This record gives sequence, C-alpha cells and structure tokens, in this order.
Amino acid sequence: MNDLLNQIELVGDWLTSSQQWHGDDGIPHRLAEHLTYSGLSLLFATLIGLAFGLLVGHTGRGAFAVATVANLARAIPTFGLVVLVVTLAGLSTTPVLVALVALAVPPILINTFEGVRGVDPDARDAAKGMGMTGWEVLLKVEVPMALPLILLGLRVAAIQVVATATVAAYPGLGGLGRFIVDGLSRNDYQLVIGGSAVVVALALVVQAVFTALRRAVVSPGLRPTAAKP
Amino acid sequence: MRDGEPLVRWVWIGDHVGELAHYTGVHLRLGLLPVLFGLIISVPLGMLCHRYRWVYPPTLTTANVLYSIPSLALFMIFVRYTGLTERTVMIPLTLYTLSVLIPNVVDGLASVPDPVRQAATAMGFSTVRRVVQVELPIAVPVVVAGVRVAAVSSISLVAVGQLIGQGGLGYYITRGLQLDFPTPIITATVLIMLLALVTDALLVLAQRLLTPWARGKGAKA
Repeated sequence: MNDLLNQIELVGDWLTSSQQWHGDDGIPHRLAEHLTYSGLSLLFATLIGLAFGLLVGHTGRGAFAVATVANLARAIPTFGLVVLVVTLAGLSTTPVLVALVALAVPPILINTFEGVRGVDPDARDAAKGMGMTGWEVLLKVEVPMALPLILLGLRVAAIQVVATATVAAYPGLGGLGRFIVDGLSRNDYQLVIGGSAVVVALALVVQAVFTALRRAVVSPGLRPTAAKP
Repeated sequence: MRDGEPLVRWVWIGDHVGELAHYTGVHLRLGLLPVLFGLIISVPLGMLCHRYRWVYPPTLTTANVLYSIPSLALFMIFVRYTGLTERTVMIPLTLYTLSVLIPNVVDGLASVPDPVRQAATAMGFSTVRRVVQVELPIAVPVVVAGVRVAAVSSISLVAVGQLIGQGGLGYYITRGLQLDFPTPIITATVLIMLLALVTDALLVLAQRLLTPWARGKGAKA
C-alpha cells in the first residue's frame, strides 16, 4: 500500500513539474501526436468497418467473408506490423496508421454486421410494408436498432487504438508511448510510470466519452434490451 | 531497408529453425497460459454473477477498466513488482482476458433454457451437480466464442512484451528493427498470425468435441 502511494506521488511530481508541459518532449505535444494517430486511424477504420458492416448486414451476402477477414485481422500482431512497415517504408506516420487501422477495423466491422443482422425481421418487414426503400430501411430502422452494438464496436476499437498507439514510439514515431520507451531505455522509472499514467487517463476518458455518447444517441426504447456494455 | 536487401532471406529462416521453434514455444506459453488462468478466474466469477445479478455490473466495469489500460502501460506498472520476468507479461494478459470471458460465461449460463434447469432439478440433481453437468456444458459454445477472441488477441499482444525483454517471437521484431533487416520481422509476424489462427481452429475443434449433441443439426460452430 505504501508502495502504491509512493508511485502515485512519483506520478504526481512528474505531472506537476513544469518541464513536462513545454516543448517537443512535453505532454501536450506528445498527446497531440497520440491523438492525431488515434483519431485518423479511427476515422479510416470507421469508414471501412461501417461501410462493409452495413452492406453485408443489410444484404446478408458475404457474411462468411466478413467473419474470416475480421478473424484474420485480429490475429495480426500490431507491434510487428508497425515495425515492419517502418523497416520497409521508412519513418513516417503511414506505418502507424496502417497498423492501427488494421487493428480497429475488425471490432467495428463485426459489431456493425452483427447489429444489423440481428435486427428483428418483423421490424424490417414492417418498414418494407410501409413502403420504405432499401436505403430508408437501412437508415431509419436498421442503423438505429443496431446502434448499441455499433457503438460498442467503436468503443472497443477506440480503446485498442489509443492503447496500441503507444507502440509507435518504439521505432521512433512519437506519441505518448515515447515517455514509456525513453524511460525504459534510460532506466528512469518516473518517466515510465508518468507516461503510463497519462495513457491510462486518456483511455479512461475515451471510455467515458463513449458511455456519454451511448446515452445521448441510443433510442430510449432500445435501452432495456440493449447489448451488454 | 538497405538497397538490394530481399524482402525475405530464406537462408536466414533455414539457419534459424531451431531458435525459431524455441521462441515459438515461449510465445505460446506467454500467450495461452493467461487465457487458461483467465478461464479459471472467469468461470467461478461468471457463475457468481449469474446467480447474484447485482455482482455483475461492478465486476464487468472493473474488467472493462482493466482492459482499457494499454498493455505497455500495464506491463510497466507490473515491472515494479514482478521485475523483467515472464510474470510481468502474463499477469496483464490474464487481466485482459477477463473482459471477454466473464460476460461470455454469464451469457452462456443465461442461454440455458429454463425447462432444462427445472428438469435437472426435478431429477434430483444438486445445485453443484446441475451447474457442472448440465449448465456449463450447455454454455460451452458461448464460452468458447469468448475464449477464441481472448486467445487470438493474447497471442498477438505477447509481442509487445518484448519491450521489457519478454515477448516470445517479439524478440525478432525488435531485433529486425535494430539490424534494419526485414526477414526476422516478417517471419515473426507471420508465425504469430499462424499461431493465432491454428489456436483458433483447434478451439473450434475442441468445441465440436465438447458439444457432440450440437453436431449434425446445422448448429453454428
């Protein structure tokens, strides 16, 4: 317990020392890098995952392919992919983005697909019976009903991306992982644990944002039966 | 990458078969033992959550918060207590599996039809015997679905442990970067994917063997 307090104190000292808040090696700059990587990859992954998930869920075609691709993608070690692309293509933002998009697509894709596929067929039939076109059924019935699962997929993806973007620092690409990797190589435990604390805080903020989002956008009528949090 | 360096130097792979096999073994141990430990923790916890519903939300929230802690950060926090050892990699990976396994155990138990439960009770099964012999077997497909996700992600996460010197095949990823030599990185990445996919296939097989009654009815694997 005492040790835990020591660690918290260590982190506190690190966070409050003014040198952490300026320059290229300061928290704001590293945080901005981290958020740029995470935000861009999440954006691309969402475009890909949502598009294919909605398409396959709505038409019912290609379900097997979606499951296979998602499973394969989940098996890719992100750390290996980042380092590999850096070795092959040189140091730039692209390696991080490629690897993080590959990491984030599967949960978004699978949850969108499962969400749309799981929509009550009666609701779908009723919508068609009311004369809705395919697009209308998708946008007015299927997406709203699938929203809890879609958001769950997005949240899992976002948290994985924020967490994994730390490995980008290893081949020298900045972000919050920089503190951890530098601290490790300099044997500076305070830097390691301080950097980790910032990453954990960021992950918890992401989690909270998605909880709030879910409350805001999911139809109240769906709440009792909504998917597990 | 240096000019003239081929993408994969096959000779290198040939020269390192023994070493690669060794690191593959280490990788499997680091990746799969946490899933086993996770299962040992999740089954009783899941049973508890199923029986006393109020236990479930706080348990799940804790597991989710643990899951949202980046692996690199979690490894670092444990370095202080367990040093640069395999335990430092395996404890966080075990904690990660809980966020998938606990909900799946609970959902699996919830998927047991009530008449089945009542029939077992009426046949004089004690609670313990009913859970072990009737409810858990019926929950197997849902639990295995969680184990598959946990195993595949655990195997690919092990490589990050290389940053504290315990990453199984991740060794070749850092090595390849230091030497500016893509062959070990590609070999390790492909091997890790293969391990994950073979493990996944074996789990599907295990599920078929564990649920003989589901076969031939066109049930989903």
